[in-house]
Amino acid sequence: MAKITKVLFDPIFKENPIALQILGICSALAVTSKMDTVIAMTLALIFVTSMSNLSVSLIRNYIPTNIRIIVQMTIIASLVIIVDQVLKAYAFSISKQLSVYVGLIITNCIVMGRAEAYAMKNGPWMSFVDGLGNALGYGLILFIVGFFRELFGSGKLLGFNILTPITEGGWYPTNGLLLLPPSAFFLIGFIIWVLRTWKKDQIEEEN
Amino acid sequence: MLEAYLSLFIKSIFIENMALSFFLGMCTFLAVSKKVDTAMGLGIAVIVVQTITVPTNYLIYTFVLKAGALSWAGYPEVDLSFLGLISYIGVIAAMVQILEMALDKFFPPLYNALGIFLPLITVNCAILAGSLFMVERDYNFGESVVYGVGSGAGWALAIVALAGIREKMAYSDVPDGLKGLGITFISVGLMALAFMSFSGIQL
Repeated sequence: MAKITKVLFDPIFKENPIALQILGICSALAVTSKMDTVIAMTLALIFVTSMSNLSVSLIRNYIPTNIRIIVQMTIIASLVIIVDQVLKAYAFSISKQLSVYVGLIITNCIVMGRAEAYAMKNGPWMSFVDGLGNALGYGLILFIVGFFRELFGSGKLLGFNILTPITEGGWYPTNGLLLLPPSAFFLIGFIIWVLRTWKKDQIEEEN
Repeated sequence: MLEAYLSLFIKSIFIENMALSFFLGMCTFLAVSKKVDTAMGLGIAVIVVQTITVPTNYLIYTFVLKAGALSWAGYPEVDLSFLGLISYIGVIAAMVQILEMALDKFFPPLYNALGIFLPLITVNCAILAGSLFMVERDYNFGESVVYGVGSGAGWALAIVALAGIREKMAYSDVPDGLKGLGITFISVGLMALAFMSFSGIQL
């Protein structure tokens, strides 16, 4: 039980995929200007990472080493196609907003990286938990970034007014910079700063 | 005609820069940008692969996957477009493999220079995104070639520029918590802001 907790919660703060492992950054930047796309993206990634870890781990002893990348790719691509079709069928407007980024889950390094680094060496159940943990760690950063960008960028959360902007007769002057993509870089930079001030052992050595 | 291609080329390098306006290929972008030499090697590899895969995927999309594309084989009602993602990634993985073998056989110096970067490229999202954007924007064959070269070149330009900045950063005094990844994020953010100034240009 202790091991499961460790595998599940370590990736959230201690070995966060975005803040420490430099994995899966593309989508973290591009989809975070609104909370609803963040939620869709996180759910999609939780499904894909945990299922791909599970399936890769189930067949890990039968995959020849030199074609393993292609095998993993095929599994991941099939899972992403499922997500893509489901989104198109039940949440068409979100699927339009996410545009190519749903397809790009295939090359999201978190999925590949965990399949390669963890699922190839561990049993199915632990791999599933590892996938879940890493997807949650990714989701946490996305939530923080998305929260700040939507709340201070347009004064809303999930489309509801929280800080009524001046343009709609309220008092809050919206911060346009936060709606622009570069702001995501600054926010993630600051999150890393906070995280590393809190957990000193993550500080990188000068080289 | 030529003008349209030229403006698409400029647009894909500067205005719609893969790395700095769409944030694609970020993992390798941040991880392999410590030195200018390695960044240059990876950049060239991306240009080469992108130039080959985007037109190849165009051909596959137009003649196999698109709704009604199989009419030349006598199946006009078949629509395989849902298989898009898996075919593109297959093409990319296969192309990278073929390119690796061809370079090894015919251009050993280039192979040695690119060697370790080629396999990395399969999982570079900029490459897959190039093909997805090509489909989404309905480019024709000529445009897809130009777009492949241009978007690859834009990505290469961005990674070399970032590597240059990071080499100079060695001389500055960065707070402990920001060292390495943190400050890199913030400098990429500033670069992206600078590149946004291109977005006002009409071509």
